[in-house]
Amino acid sequence: MTDLGPLIPRDRAMHPPAYDVDYKTTIARSPNLPLLSLESTPSEETGPRFGHGILGALDNNLIYNWTKGAAPAVGERVLMHGRVLDENGRAVPNTLIEIWQANAGGRYRHIKDTYLAPLDPNFGGCGRTISDAEGRYQFLTIRPGAYPWPNRGNEWRPMHIHISVFGHSFGQRLITQMYFEGDPLIDRCPIAATIKSRSQLDRLVAPLDMSHARPLDFLAYKFDIVLRGRRQTMFENKLEGM
Amino acid sequence: MVQKLDTLPETPSQTAGPYVHIGTIPTFAGLAGIYPEDLGLSPIADGAKGEIITITGSVFDGTGWALRDAMLESWQADAQGRWPGSDGADPKVGGFCRFAADKDSGEFVLRTVKPGATKGRGGTTQSPHIALWIVARGINIGLQTRLYFDDEDNAADPVLGKIELRPRVDTLIAKKTGPGAYRFDIRLQGAGETVFFDM
Ligand SMILES: [Fe+2]
Repeated sequence: MTDLGPLIPRDRAMHPPAYDVDYKTTIARSPNLPLLSLESTPSEETGPRFGHGILGALDNNLIYNWTKGAAPAVGERVLMHGRVLDENGRAVPNTLIEIWQANAGGRYRHIKDTYLAPLDPNFGGCGRTISDAEGRYQFLTIRPGAYPWPNRGNEWRPMHIHISVFGHSFGQRLITQMYFEGDPLIDRCPIAATIKSRSQLDRLVAPLDMSHARPLDFLAYKFDIVLRGRRQTMFENKLEGM
Repeated sequence: MVQKLDTLPETPSQTAGPYVHIGTIPTFAGLAGIYPEDLGLSPIADGAKGEIITITGSVFDGTGWALRDAMLESWQADAQGRWPGSDGADPKVGGFCRFAADKDSGEFVLRTVKPGATKGRGGTTQSPHIALWIVARGINIGLQTRLYFDDEDNAADPVLGKIELRPRVDTLIAKKTGPGAYRFDIRLQGAGETVFFDM
């Protein structure tokens, strides 16, 4: 494996702090002691690779993957698409992207979700794909519903899709959420508000993208994802002891 | 105005939430059959070279309650300390595993091959270890940690050596409980809080 240099240290100010009093579950689940910041090692710089061979034809089509193509899910049809890049602005090709979401009524197909909105017999709620040579990916899905959750007195999650991305090294691992442009619940959501910089939160809000919408079929939303990059200079690993 | 950088900031993290299993280990969530099998079911295939071990543990919150909704991922080298995909690596070691806290007991189990020592940066040797990544509801950004073994020589490990509060080193050491069996508990907060990394 070529030594590309260490991962660029995470700018933790861009990410939510572990403890946030308004998102109550963080209170007992956040470390009190500081993280130990160190330069990455091969343990963080290597990582699992997944080939296109694992993918089924409908894996990135949440409208049809649960019924194996037999019947479509209920909901507003949406194309979610974008690119995976790294901090150096380079495409991240051949990386696995997994998503999961509630159905159009805001109900998850999960043993622990008991919300009163019904399950859609034609909707599972997960999908996966692998980015192409330019880092592009796409999913066909339905717009998930907003749903209530126990936190403060009357709390609702904005419409969102959960996203998991691998990159090429274990230290790039990222899980985040995509929100939809114009959703008034974003500004009321304590989970969205764990991100303290408004400009950073805006990067999780996908704009409506009519250039990728298909007439009489689906709307489109664009969502680019940026993973950690590698520090690359001609001095890398040359000057031991400096 | 100064020149503009052409770098991009990393996409911010958001919690994986309580339903992370749907997207990562759908069979656990009740979606068996959506894929032929869940990804990362095992880090090894039959015939992996080396000692097969089982690691059992829980992820505890600050009140001492074992999380029932945590999802963990592990990444490791083979028994010779070679990273999967690199030259000479054991083809039976994928190195990656996903496992969840049991929904009733909160206990997780990782069955794998014991990794060998690996090369670190700058000619160092890292003691055998497994890299871990933990996500759950209430965890805003995945927590990185490592699992080392109490029956290995960890004295010269370059990462453990950076832990200034020496008693905390112990939080990263799995304890042998029997032949091929280890216990490793993760404490998110408070007494015995696990060392988490920013690497
Ligand atoms: Fe959600």
